[in-house]
Amino acid sequence: MPKQLTEDEVGGRIEAMRRRRPRFVDERITMAHGAGGKASRQLVEGLIVPLLDNPALAALGDAALLGVNGTQLAFTTDAFVVRPIRFPGGSIGELAVNGTVNDLAVSGARPLALSAGLILEEGLAADVLRAEVEAMAAAARRADVPVTTGDTKVVERGKCDSMYIVTTGVGTVAPGIALAPTRVRPGDKILVSGTIGDHGVAIMLARGELDIEADVRSDTQPLWSLAAALIEACGDHLHCMRDATRGGVATVLNEIALAAEVGVVIAEERVPMRPEVIGAGEILGIDPLYVANEGKLVAFVAPERADAALEALRGDPAGVDAAIVGEVREEPPGRVLGRTTFGGHRMIDVLVGDPLPRIC
Amino acid sequence: MRFVDEFRNAELASAVSASITALCEPGRHYKIMEVCGGHTHTIYRYGVQDHLPDTIELVHGPGCPVCVIPMGRVDDGIAIAERDDVIFTCFGDMMRVPGGNGSLLEAKARGADVRMVYSPLDALRIARENPDRQTVFYAIGFETTAPSTALTLMRAKADGISNFSVFCNHVTIIPAIKAILDSPDLRLDAFIGPGHVSTVIGCRPYDFIPRLHGKPLVCAGFEPLDLLQSVYMIMKQLAEGRTEVENQYGRVVQWDGNPRALQVMADVFALRPYFEWRGLGSISHSALMLSPRYADFDAELRFSTPGVRVADPKACQCGEVLKGVLKPWECKVFGTACTPETPIGTCMVSSEGACAAYYNYGQYAKQRIHLEV
Repeated sequence: MPKQLTEDEVGGRIEAMRRRRPRFVDERITMAHGAGGKASRQLVEGLIVPLLDNPALAALGDAALLGVNGTQLAFTTDAFVVRPIRFPGGSIGELAVNGTVNDLAVSGARPLALSAGLILEEGLAADVLRAEVEAMAAAARRADVPVTTGDTKVVERGKCDSMYIVTTGVGTVAPGIALAPTRVRPGDKILVSGTIGDHGVAIMLARGELDIEADVRSDTQPLWSLAAALIEACGDHLHCMRDATRGGVATVLNEIALAAEVGVVIAEERVPMRPEVIGAGEILGIDPLYVANEGKLVAFVAPERADAALEALRGDPAGVDAAIVGEVREEPPGRVLGRTTFGGHRMIDVLVGDPLPRIC
Repeated sequence: MRFVDEFRNAELASAVSASITALCEPGRHYKIMEVCGGHTHTIYRYGVQDHLPDTIELVHGPGCPVCVIPMGRVDDGIAIAERDDVIFTCFGDMMRVPGGNGSLLEAKARGADVRMVYSPLDALRIARENPDRQTVFYAIGFETTAPSTALTLMRAKADGISNFSVFCNHVTIIPAIKAILDSPDLRLDAFIGPGHVSTVIGCRPYDFIPRLHGKPLVCAGFEPLDLLQSVYMIMKQLAEGRTEVENQYGRVVQWDGNPRALQVMADVFALRPYFEWRGLGSISHSALMLSPRYADFDAELRFSTPGVRVADPKACQCGEVLKGVLKPWECKVFGTACTPETPIGTCMVSSEGACAAYYNYGQYAKQRIHLEV
């Protein structure tokens, strides 16, 4: 019979478990492994990273940083499998370019070139494909980055959902820029570049399964100009940026809290959200903090440059709704807390898989 | 957002909070159980405990619909879902509940056609759209969701949709509360009654709680201010020496409930002689099955299922936690063998379960954290 532990001992054990390197013990891949939450982390850090073991990968940044003859290169890849492929505010082609541009941007890298791999389903209408390649071309022009190489494959009908796109990007990091979760320290202010949850809610509604109509558009947009403005305004005082895609802002904050061994505190009422997104979330039982964005970044900035950072973000059309939403503390390390609009506090943890609606 | 923000107002909360503190008897510790998982969610989502004095403890009850489904019933559902001719539909939060042999999400990964729906009517629509396949709806929930299952079945019968059936796991709240009250080591002072269930059954069925057990119950809404006000109403009863059923959720709950919903439930369902609850064991007359008139739509009759009872693991002390006898962290397997990723007992299954809520939030919920940012 194990000895009865005190409440503090039990709490300490839970915290130790949270910090352990995740293990992958599942027998099969489920949809939860693709949702960006705890199950995704188990897959990536428990199976993939240990087998491909190398220092650039182990940093688990949005892009890998590689030193080449004194130049710092950022290198990243992303796969896009969105359904439906066209949705209010964007489409898979635009998403595929912006997603990779943004992984470079939040790593502090000016995008240099992209590649694109297209996996096409037998029977796909040529007009649909042409429209998506045109969308990629338009997004690439907007982000001022060429798609310089690529590949196409066709799979039998039913083996993929009309089309999938994989893009890879390479960019250069200016000398003196070093962004990393480990540079985040107590006192840092946390900024969000605009309204959150727009993309994920737009996709949920576009699937047409919910009989809810609202004017919510995906926020897909390139973030390099915003990132460049922040770097310009803050210099070395900009400690880290993240692109709040899958898993939303809540997941990003948790990743940083764990990596930097700091506490993260946000005030819920300061997080910018559109009323339509709040309303859809209320109806669906889904918290917008966990919903994907495709054109929003989260930045950690030393307090003395926080106001300058906010001004820089708001000065860019992609950042007019930016806000300082919280700050970094010493306590509790590895955890994210929110002050609720009700005047209480809540834990903001990582979800296991997709945010599932509650039944009652 | 109008009609929502008003119920989340921090200034009003502080005012109610002060009134609650004024009603506390010095030196007395109060234990109040919120029966419904939706309330547990609100408490943690908004930090309701921050507005309560340390001497008032909220105990999380058994009203989490996915938590109480026993493992054997999950296995039965998976057995049906894995048939080639079946489209299996269920509510989202049922997907991850583990049975003796994994969850529906894992069955889906093995090839079963499992689809998440928001309403049983969506399942009926899927049946209409796929006439050459069988669509099964895995019905769960208390009296809150039972009427929508009943209406769906009435429509299926009226429209003659023969490829649709329901695997019925609906449960009823009163026998579960009775099971808790009958426990010899019960240590609760009062109950916060389940608002959505009461919308259907009304407040009258709770009469026995003050009458036979001498404990107040207040039916409460799901916004944080609703909960705070119901704690105030309970504390007022205790201070004045009253024990009654009261209705805080008057904007939705009628004293006699919803007669139309009760009627359709009576038409479509019959009481099961007994039903196994995860954590609480077998409770007589605590669940619903399809009535003989709807036997044609009963998935349990249409498909063969293992029907094997999977006992709750021995080490699991969920029953004691649900009754408020043990705190979650006092359970022998809490946080070691039993975690939200690998739950053993009912209380760890859904985020609304008492143990999962404590695991994820507990140590910080009781701290007074200064959050001026």
